[in-house]
Amino acid sequence: MSIELNKNTSRSPLSQRIQPMGIPGLEITDKLVTVTIDDKEVTVPSGTTILEVAKQIGIRIPTLCYHEDLCVAGVCRICVVEVEGQRTLQTACAYPVTEPITVRTHTRKVRQARRHILDLMLSKHYGECYACFRNNNCELQALAKEYGVDFFRFGHPEKPRFKVDRSSHSLVRDMDKCILCRRCIRTCIDLQEVGVLEVDKRSDQSKVITFGDKPLGEVVCINCGQCINRCPTGALRANDPTEEVWAAIDDPTKHVVIQTAPSPRAGIGECFGLEPGHPLTFELNTALRECGFDKIFDTNFSADLTIIEEGTELLLRLHKALVEKKAVALPQFTSCSPGWVKYLEHFYPEYIPNLSSAKSPQQMFGAVIKTYYAQLNKIDPKDIVTVALMPCSAKKFECNRPEMCDSGWKDVDYGLTTREMAQMISEAGIDLPAMPKSDFDDPFGTATGSGVIFGATGGVMEAALRTVIELVCGIKVEDLFEHADIIPVRGFEGIRFLELPIKKVGPVPDLLKNLIPDWKWLEGATLKVAAAHGTANAKLVMEDIKAGGRCSECHFIEFMACPGGCLGGGGQPIPTSPSIRAARAKAIYSEDASYEIRKSHENPAVVKLYTEFLTDGPCGHISHKLLHTGYTPRGKYIV
Amino acid sequence: MRTTDTSKMTFSRVSPGEGLKKALKMTPEEIIDLITASGLKGRGGAGFPTDLKWKLAAAVKDDLKYVVCNADEGEPGTFKDRVILTDFADLMFDGMTIGARAIGACKGIIYLRGEYAYLRSFLKGKLAERRNDGLLGKNVLGIAGFDFDVEIRMGAGAYICGEETALIESLEGQRGEPRNRPPFPVNTGFMGHPTIVNNVETFTWVPCIVTKGAKWFFDIGTERSTGLKMFSVSGDCGKHGVFEFPMGITIQELLEKVDGTGAKAVQAGGASGRCIPACSFGRTIAFEDVPTGGSIIVIGPDRDMLKVAENFMEFFLDESCGQCTPCREGNAKLLEGIKLLQQGRCSMKYLRELCKLGETMQLASKCGLGQSSPNAFLSIVTKFKDEIMGRTETAL
Amino acid sequence: MLVSEREQLRANIERQVKEFGNDRSALIPVLQDVQHKYGHVSEYVMQVVADILHIHPVEVYGVASFYSFIGHKQKGRFIIRLCRTISCDMQGKDRVARQLENDLGIQFGETTPDGNFTLEWANCLGMCDQGPALLVNERIYTKVTPETVHDILEECRTLFGVYALQEKETLCELPTPVK
Repeated sequence: MSIELNKNTSRSPLSQRIQPMGIPGLEITDKLVTVTIDDKEVTVPSGTTILEVAKQIGIRIPTLCYHEDLCVAGVCRICVVEVEGQRTLQTACAYPVTEPITVRTHTRKVRQARRHILDLMLSKHYGECYACFRNNNCELQALAKEYGVDFFRFGHPEKPRFKVDRSSHSLVRDMDKCILCRRCIRTCIDLQEVGVLEVDKRSDQSKVITFGDKPLGEVVCINCGQCINRCPTGALRANDPTEEVWAAIDDPTKHVVIQTAPSPRAGIGECFGLEPGHPLTFELNTALRECGFDKIFDTNFSADLTIIEEGTELLLRLHKALVEKKAVALPQFTSCSPGWVKYLEHFYPEYIPNLSSAKSPQQMFGAVIKTYYAQLNKIDPKDIVTVALMPCSAKKFECNRPEMCDSGWKDVDYGLTTREMAQMISEAGIDLPAMPKSDFDDPFGTATGSGVIFGATGGVMEAALRTVIELVCGIKVEDLFEHADIIPVRGFEGIRFLELPIKKVGPVPDLLKNLIPDWKWLEGATLKVAAAHGTANAKLVMEDIKAGGRCSECHFIEFMACPGGCLGGGGQPIPTSPSIRAARAKAIYSEDASYEIRKSHENPAVVKLYTEFLTDGPCGHISHKLLHTGYTPRGKYIV
Repeated sequence: MRTTDTSKMTFSRVSPGEGLKKALKMTPEEIIDLITASGLKGRGGAGFPTDLKWKLAAAVKDDLKYVVCNADEGEPGTFKDRVILTDFADLMFDGMTIGARAIGACKGIIYLRGEYAYLRSFLKGKLAERRNDGLLGKNVLGIAGFDFDVEIRMGAGAYICGEETALIESLEGQRGEPRNRPPFPVNTGFMGHPTIVNNVETFTWVPCIVTKGAKWFFDIGTERSTGLKMFSVSGDCGKHGVFEFPMGITIQELLEKVDGTGAKAVQAGGASGRCIPACSFGRTIAFEDVPTGGSIIVIGPDRDMLKVAENFMEFFLDESCGQCTPCREGNAKLLEGIKLLQQGRCSMKYLRELCKLGETMQLASKCGLGQSSPNAFLSIVTKFKDEIMGRTETAL
Repeated sequence: MLVSEREQLRANIERQVKEFGNDRSALIPVLQDVQHKYGHVSEYVMQVVADILHIHPVEVYGVASFYSFIGHKQKGRFIIRLCRTISCDMQGKDRVARQLENDLGIQFGETTPDGNFTLEWANCLGMCDQGPALLVNERIYTKVTPETVHDILEECRTLFGVYALQEKETLCELPTPVK
């Protein structure tokens, strides 16, 4: 079964569904047509849009409401061009070429229209560029420069019209900066199928709102932050705790510990002018020390820990179902993606038992730092400030969940996004790409390739499989998959399946001996797993499970809220596009390949933790207290 | 009270059912050829050739096609469809049925504006009668395989839903925001199926043309604007109401017939139409000269043209769907400009900038609303400069 | 709202949805029906409708807020919509408007404290030949003068009021009722 991303979303009209090339009713066919753009002639398949044609031959047409990930809207009108024989100007993004046409992209009419459209947007766009976090990375600002806006033809607002919505732990909405391109709405409804944002009213009264115009913190927002990544201006941003983090660093009584996740390391170079796909993992370590963080740890350590805990939980569930013949919730769902967790809590609360009780790597690390690490180094946990560098806006919400205080303290104090970290680094006067490389700190300095690939969709599944195969079958993953690369779960297809027959079982490793006596009951069974990314695909999977389809037969399903997985997270550098995400994924997989140890259960730091601290093993008493959690059925009704 | 005497109109002299019976004896191609020969163009105002629309929809292969009657008459100064729906509903349904036959549709929808809700039960009754008489339902008029039925959908107070793609969006349960075109509804319409959307009056002329012949219709009017047209006349004239005139009538002739001579200007085509000053009353009402969906608002010599323009801009500012930038923000700027003019505080430079903005709106807006909303502003500002410039505040 | 009322409401909406085609195209007819019966579409109802149609509540909210005749706020039993468009304006809508405000003691956009009347502007009611025109719910009045404003309100308060909660369609006869 191949389920495509964005198939049949509920809102977008048929004519506006996602169609990077061509528009429904006028699909790209084998027919070729000749298009002349600014006297350059080119032959393209019928149905290609003018914008696509122009891109192919290197002609720039400005865009604002257009986004590669989203269905065509054609509302901002900035991409208008002159098509010979047409009375009015046509939008390049929404005009499919079906017969030979002649297009001009910068005639007097076109230039005047674009300038007017910009001036009209600016007449409502409150705020000064130098007091905006998108300064120098704003599509509206860039266009104003491109079109030489040196005064406001139709005025500029002197007073804000709206209150800034700071109700959410994760996101801040400032509608005074909104230009109504509706990318956020198309992201929220069509791309992610969450359905938080929509346009209210009409005409100049129209405004992007939540249900009932309620604060973002009170609606079904899952904090995925995909809207931030696609907002052309500064109307949407993550809730920024850098001031508090600086204050902690500056406070000599505080021991400030930071963990860095693989995706920010793969993406942060983009904030410093590098092409996507240049990981700066070890340069970042040096930069963070320069910034004043006391210890720098690798989230990969707790990712490995997560794999042990979550993998054990899966084996226990299977044992319960197959051997003890007890009712148990299967398939087990991953719980590393806080956006996905909140999505499930809102939209499918009846499936909460399926969610792995294992905390996400970020939260596990926080709990371990404030207990094991504090004991080890004789630091009072009250003086430890844990910061997490994450590609994610939902992590900010996650670390503020009331249940995430199992260490007796707030497990993770602050979540920083990649963008915020880049801001802090530049504030410290550091040129990140030029930094010398340095290692992570002990005792959590060694990580595995399995931890790294958590950043890509399918990565958690791949890491889990590497471990489960070896622990259960007693063989090397490499015997089944070349280089231990489990290719079927990789890639950006919306939902991917893998069926793994367990032909032979091995002895139960020491780590699990207390829990399960033997693997015989698994011999001859077929392990069925799936991975889905983006909540729109998650919805398809959940509906399929409800309907008793193929997904319901799976044993383990990985979900990530963001398209592409964490590397496409809501805290990652702006902009995002399929090619940018692909470059980041490539960086992550090549980092995985470069590790000596590539399987979570082989991580010596993890093994040490189980011998020294979590002495009753995975899913044991201590682990349950510190590394596992519960969830809140939230429901989708808003009162 | 009725202002309109419909008894002498062509519609009164064509008996309902006659055209339908005749048309259903023809092949779909013959019906479309007949419409082609008549030169009938869309009576809603845009003047798109009806035959072409039908031909395109007929050419698409689909088991499900729709015939939609656009009864979302919302253009200020237009009420002819209300009169047609009240007095000639059967003819209109005949026209829809003929259209269905021509394109191979089996479902019809009337999109009736919310303001006309009081007509719904009457129309429902008409539909029930027609079902009883075998004019709707399975095998219409005994023709095997020709099934056609009509349902009524109500608008909910949005002028923009008169735009055909916005109307379809509204039918699909969306905000009434016009779509990108292409693809056109004849190809991808209601629920993705080929759909023809025609005005109430367009459908009503169809059985008349079938009954009286294409030549009869073609011989009336001008070469590019054939036939008769219903006009909704209001404003500063002696006779209000709906009148039937041939296309190509000059404004002067029209004013004489409705006791409106001496007017300072005529707003032809409603708020989205053009304001014609007295010096241009020799112009003709035709798609090639002054196009109109039938709204004629006579503006008497004592009227303040700025107030007229203000009323129109307020209308558009309220009714713009708000999705595209030029229309959403542009109408607000034009209205602000009018307020400045009223206060006598608009510089010539800014007025010229606003006129250019109007041009941009005409060129770059997504749909017909934004493309035509500056028309009234532009024609009033250019034709009545002496009246609107340099006012003192007291002139308010 | 009581649980039984909620169940009944849900059942009603489900029936409506079925009648109008069981897909999203049923949305506006369903909202119109709710508006007709309850005078507004509450946020709770929007969520129920969204649930039944498998769409997001915020989409229902967006649709409802787009159309002038659907509202999420409770309005008066009688919604008076006075046409403000050019022909009615030229025929003296301003004075009718002033008189309506005087007689009801409210401004346009407001509802009387007793919850009986809401006063709103409308864009072109299609009665340009018989202006000024106004709609009271679905009933149209033409050639309204400041003097007849009082009669219209009285009619609502007495005769019309008795039937107002019944199906309004039965009150509409043709040709158009004219005051």
